Amino acid sequence: MKKQKEKICTIIALIILFILVYFAQNRLDAYKIRILNLGAIYVTLGVSLNLIYGFTGQFSLGHAGFMAIGAYVTALLVLPPYYKEVSFILEPLIWPFTVIHAPFIIALFLSGLFAALVGFLIGLPVLRLKGDYLGIATLGFAEIIRVIANNLPHITNGALGIKGIPEFTNLWWTIGVAVVTIYIIKGLINSSYGRALMAIRENEIAAEVIGINLTNNKVMSFTISAFFAGVAGGLFACLLTTIDPKAFMFVMTFNILAVVVLGGLGSITGTVIAAFLYNIFLEYLRPIEAGFNLGPVHFPPIPGLRMVSFSILLLVLILYKQRGLLGGIEFTWGGFFRFCNKLFSNKKSTEGSAS
Amino acid sequence: MTINLLLQNIANGLSLGSLYALIAIGYTMVYGILRLINFAHGEIFMLAPYFLYFGILIFHLPWWASTIVAIGLTAFTGMLSERIAYKPLRDAPRISALISAIGVSFFLQNLAVVVFSGIPKSVHRPIFFTKIYQFGEIRIQSTLFASIGVSIIFLSLLLYIIYQTKTGLAMRAISRDIETSRLMGVGVNRAISITFAIGSALAAVGGILWSLRFPQIFPTMGMIPGLKAFIAAVVGGIGSIPGAMLGGLILGMSEILFVTFLPALSGYRDAFVFFILIIILLVKPDGILGIKVQEKV
Repeated sequence: MKKQKEKICTIIALIILFILVYFAQNRLDAYKIRILNLGAIYVTLGVSLNLIYGFTGQFSLGHAGFMAIGAYVTALLVLPPYYKEVSFILEPLIWPFTVIHAPFIIALFLSGLFAALVGFLIGLPVLRLKGDYLGIATLGFAEIIRVIANNLPHITNGALGIKGIPEFTNLWWTIGVAVVTIYIIKGLINSSYGRALMAIRENEIAAEVIGINLTNNKVMSFTISAFFAGVAGGLFACLLTTIDPKAFMFVMTFNILAVVVLGGLGSITGTVIAAFLYNIFLEYLRPIEAGFNLGPVHFPPIPGLRMVSFSILLLVLILYKQRGLLGGIEFTWGGFFRFCNKLFSNKKSTEGSAS
Repeated sequence: MTINLLLQNIANGLSLGSLYALIAIGYTMVYGILRLINFAHGEIFMLAPYFLYFGILIFHLPWWASTIVAIGLTAFTGMLSERIAYKPLRDAPRISALISAIGVSFFLQNLAVVVFSGIPKSVHRPIFFTKIYQFGEIRIQSTLFASIGVSIIFLSLLLYIIYQTKTGLAMRAISRDIETSRLMGVGVNRAISITFAIGSALAAVGGILWSLRFPQIFPTMGMIPGLKAFIAAVVGGIGSIPGAMLGGLILGMSEILFVTFLPALSGYRDAFVFFILIIILLVKPDGILGIKVQEKV
């Protein structure tokens, strides 16, 4: 009964989201849509990082690498063959990539699969490492992927990057992918696999003793995480329409990590909120840099001031909210109704006392 | 490959490696004590040449005086960053401190863009650093001797502080067990501040020598050397000071020799560094000189 009720609530919420996306896509200006798109892509990235770090407890800094793989695969698949001939100036594109062409959805899926495959191959040896060492090793792999992308001009066009990627990404795609990601990862976490992952996070030795296969579970979690990072990379490529190796530096991973930590480790709700807030803040701090008037005082435009204020904001947040915005609390319909009831009954009691 | 070319490149590798070693020590000391990857260390490294540059340009200090001021200011900045951004998070989850460290790194880097501007500046090099010595066919710039010599001096000073003084004893005690050392009456906060000051001062020395070797300074110059020095610290065994020196030398040497022997693959120079890191981590997860910590059940 309760389950049924929750299902209905979820469906209603999704319909509301659907209507909101419809209005957003048609009514908002391009700039706002772009921010929302970025936010939704960060949701996908953040939730997938949360799976490996927040729920499995494996410190991974390789997300930018998987994103890069996804972005390049999508770009090579959706670019029309004519465009490929024009844009590869350094060295012509090699054979299979010159002719293959796929619709966006298949390209996204393939980029996820390819990123997952690489994630699997990396994860097998690397996931034996623990803690910070794992983080450093995955960071190393992400950098290696970037350097390779920089040095294969006949596939990735080298440092010039790929330009003129068709702009397929819109709010339907980004929000849709984010919802699917949350649905799948949430389902995974609530399954027996998810319990095993959380057992590994709490204590590896204890988990091993009760018969959980550490390697299999860790590699599975890592591979799934890489899959969604790859899909998000594909969306990212078709949002920006131009990608180059520099876009996938360590800063990219850090942004995702910051979203996950600021939202609260192990909380998907927190990641979703933090992902949007992060991008909104990052964009709305731009006027600071352009110069502004505060009463009679005029501040001249100073390049770099935006990121300075952003890093201060980040520092203040992490210093005062050490466990993230939500601190691991998850949104549930039960909690939501209790909260509404409380709000409602409070109102009633104050009304009663007033009259 | 002539023997001269090989010798020339070994000399280059040594000098690059000694710079990496200087920076790596800051990482390894902080990690040893706080278990924190101090991502802001590369930015501390970047500040020193800027302080030097402005000391000469604005305050008209002689070169040597400006160097001393720059090292002092950089050490102070490192100490201050710990006080503001890491100390309040000492009991928080470790990842929060890491995010804070990256926040400090962003902050310093962009502050440098705001204050010093993003346009690369060329630093003043005293005459005796640009002199070139000729040994047979090998030509060696005097900065190379300077970087090796200065590194040796500062590293022996550091080893003296760590292993012969009371402060050093306190640092070693804290890295074993911070709670117990506090109970034993060790001034934990003071020792941690000193650790940051020493680490930052060494990074400052590294930064200044770096700017003599590659005489262009810009706000993001600390990123790549910082990351590589950090890798050096991990390769040598993070937490171990001799390990950081060894790791720095290994990394500097292998980077230069990789480019020498395989010039066709020189684009993969940075990837090769990470490749070494991963191989070493997989073979010996605690680094070359790291101590294996057995987990208690």
